[in-house]
Amino acid sequence: MDFPIFHLDFMGNRLLIAVIAILHVLINHSLAVGLAPLVTYFEYLGWKNKSQEMDQFASKVMFVGFVITTSLGAMTGVGIWLSASLVSPASIGSLIRVFFWAWFTEWIVFVTEVVLILLYFLTWKKSLQSEEAKKKHIKFGIALSIFSWITMAIIVAILSFMMDPGSWSQTKSFVDAVINPVYMAQLAFRTPVAMFMAGTVVLFLSVFFTEKGSPLRKSVTKTTSIWILGWSIWVVVGSIFYYSVIPDMMANNLSTAVGTMEFSNWYDSLLVVMGVGIISVIGISLYSLSGKNLPIALSIIPVLISFSLLTVFERAREFIRKPFVIGNYMYSNMFRIEEYPLLQKEGILKYATYVKHDSITEENIVEAGKDIFLLTCSRCHTSHGINSVVKKFQTMYGSPDLNPDAMVAYIQGMHNARYFMPPFPGSELEMKALVTYIQKTKDYPIPTEGAQETGVSISIKRGHQ
Amino acid sequence: MNIISLILANVPVPKDIPLPLPAPEWLLVGVLIFSFLCHILFVNLMVGGTLLTFFAQLKGLKEKDYDTLAHEIAKTITVNKSMAVVLGVAPLLAINTLYTVYFYSANALTGLFWISIVPLVTVAFLLTYPHKYLWEKLQNNKGLHISMIGAASGIFLFIPLIFLTNINLMLYPDKWGTITGFFSAMFLPNVFPRYLHFIFASLTATGLFLFYYFGRESYSFEKKFLTLSRYEVRKRMYSLAFMATLLQFVAGPLILLTLPSIAISWNLFYLLGPAILLAIYSLYLMWNGINANEEMIGKDFKKVVITLSVVVVLMVSGRHVVRETALGPHKKLVKERTLAYESKIQEAFQSKANEKEGAIVISEKPNKEEGGKIFRGNCSACHSLKTKVVGPPVTEMVSIYKKDRSALIAWIKAPGKKRKDYPQMPGFPSLSPGELDSLAEYILDNP
Repeated sequence: MDFPIFHLDFMGNRLLIAVIAILHVLINHSLAVGLAPLVTYFEYLGWKNKSQEMDQFASKVMFVGFVITTSLGAMTGVGIWLSASLVSPASIGSLIRVFFWAWFTEWIVFVTEVVLILLYFLTWKKSLQSEEAKKKHIKFGIALSIFSWITMAIIVAILSFMMDPGSWSQTKSFVDAVINPVYMAQLAFRTPVAMFMAGTVVLFLSVFFTEKGSPLRKSVTKTTSIWILGWSIWVVVGSIFYYSVIPDMMANNLSTAVGTMEFSNWYDSLLVVMGVGIISVIGISLYSLSGKNLPIALSIIPVLISFSLLTVFERAREFIRKPFVIGNYMYSNMFRIEEYPLLQKEGILKYATYVKHDSITEENIVEAGKDIFLLTCSRCHTSHGINSVVKKFQTMYGSPDLNPDAMVAYIQGMHNARYFMPPFPGSELEMKALVTYIQKTKDYPIPTEGAQETGVSISIKRGHQ
Repeated sequence: MNIISLILANVPVPKDIPLPLPAPEWLLVGVLIFSFLCHILFVNLMVGGTLLTFFAQLKGLKEKDYDTLAHEIAKTITVNKSMAVVLGVAPLLAINTLYTVYFYSANALTGLFWISIVPLVTVAFLLTYPHKYLWEKLQNNKGLHISMIGAASGIFLFIPLIFLTNINLMLYPDKWGTITGFFSAMFLPNVFPRYLHFIFASLTATGLFLFYYFGRESYSFEKKFLTLSRYEVRKRMYSLAFMATLLQFVAGPLILLTLPSIAISWNLFYLLGPAILLAIYSLYLMWNGINANEEMIGKDFKKVVITLSVVVVLMVSGRHVVRETALGPHKKLVKERTLAYESKIQEAFQSKANEKEGAIVISEKPNKEEGGKIFRGNCSACHSLKTKVVGPPVTEMVSIYKKDRSALIAWIKAPGKKRKDYPQMPGFPSLSPGELDSLAEYILDNP
């Protein structure tokens, strides 16, 4: 990766992207993609049954969706780009070059979606003036639902590509990139999940927006429960479909994705949790379907469950593509597979632009090691914060002291022992420098600062390399 | 040491991403310029609208009508800010594509502020909602109400500085080595003059927009306002646009004076010349409008908008010329270095592939030597011969599996968990049956 290296040594770079991305996904699945059709449906019911109350309920729910999606939802969307450009510039840059037109189309759809959401929400009052206006307004709702879904459909192509580029690795063609193997399955999973989530949100909001025991509440909870139950079947079907297309090697990783190495047996319990989660949501939906009053405490549970399901899914998805950031093309450390033979032979420092030293000597081994740490480890690890390399080694060897020879031996084979890690891209001497730096930073625990704080050193290359 | 690297002793020449541009460069430039124009127009309206709302509300403390005016302007912010964000995606996409190396480098060097755009803008947006929707409720808590829009204005005034700092920093790779954090990049020459230029443009755009907005037939002005007349408000908006455009004649020369010489070319003046003349013409038209009566105030409005639109197109194109002039030579160096590096990579990659082809094929029979290789590559990170490292030593494996080779192989493929105080061992589904055999041979053959 030939960029100045932004690095957060406490929270870690992965967490920065994760927080922003997961927030974004939770908001747009539940409050945009899923909510638009459900709100439109309620509005339609209000129009069909001449119920002013139902119409008002729909508009209140839409207000919640509107406020959150146009602020936090929109900004976390931009935030994924901004954070990716800091944390993983080589990969986001590559993805943009491959998917430029997909993203450009996405933008057109996106602009349409925003225009529609503004139209739909801001003309709600006016739509009550006449039958004609109402009909037209419901059509806006339908259009909004379609465009929200298309937005998701396009972006999922890119996410799937990161997991498995399919034949793009050979052909480098845009079409092959889009029709990658995981695409349809992921879409078949996300669509019902979004609908399911929106249902749980509306069930929760109905407690606040309708009177206890009123006929409105009865009909709202009934409709919403049926909605949740209907979609939960497709959530299960979608999960099975999705799970079936994940390549074997990746499926083996799934067990470590949802916990850490030490807790891979969590996975089984996690499946149980997911099962129990979906069943409890179904149970609560059936309960409210029977017309009984839903207490607030009970109504928040399905929201929490459906949101955690998606969070867990995203965490697993991120993990599945490891050790790659772009499957079979680029590792998480931003080095491409193609670069390895050269760099492992001659070293990464020799070809790096922003390092203090381009070769290792007795005197500079620690400084060089720091640069190597930043270049090869810092995308996933910190020195002393979350997922710290020092602590990893100490936990692994079960002692606060680290043996440098064992560490070098470990780094040489780490990609075999921990296949979510890429192989070390540099030379053997660079491994030694890295280990020396890790030792030093263990003895004197000073955070490793990134380019945003210390700036960059520029390594002057002799001739063109 | 060649001459180029002597000259460029302080200039980093990084390697680019080795994937081709997704479209011809001129097309991407077209996308960039066009979509940026759309984006910046709404950003201007968002920033200007928020500022005007803030000032009108302050004035509204004494005169009720100004509070109404503030509310009317506030209603437009919701739409304008949503459009501003969504229209910003395309120029961001285009600049990421065209200036990958430059843009990301600038982002990294100003990292913390770059990412703070997300929470800051989110907070500003979330402030504008209660400010607008709770207008009546907040009537008896004016302090809170005005501070909401004040805080949003403050944020909206700061965010453009972050963008301008980045966009400016990306043009000067020779400065990258001297930057430590956002503020050192913000104080590079040219950032503040450009910022002034942007603020004046926001006021012009908002003035013209509101001139039109309050002038519409369908807008029932007289129902909402008690003392202010439609003519009066429109005249003020027109005057605002006029003054802000006039002030550009201060900001413009400041930008040129602080522009590093590497970014200046004759082409720039071919664009700026006509732009300046047209701007003067638009000032003349607005001046006439401001001094006309109620019927005639909007007579030349369309001409003003068209003239200023052409000015903006020329200015944004000028900005692109500056960018290309500043980065042209450096882009060439980056391209050369990228090509050289890629060919080196391919060479090494090929020779490694050839080595592999020439390698000895693993024999069908379990082979202890082969097993040793596999052990060193896959196991030695956690297991040593006689002592516990992460997992138990080889001697312990021998004691357990001496008589049951197939159980050892099954364990390596898909390990269980036996020991409480040891971490879980990962499975090795990637090893072939032959490889597993050789590995077992090696392990069990240790006395």
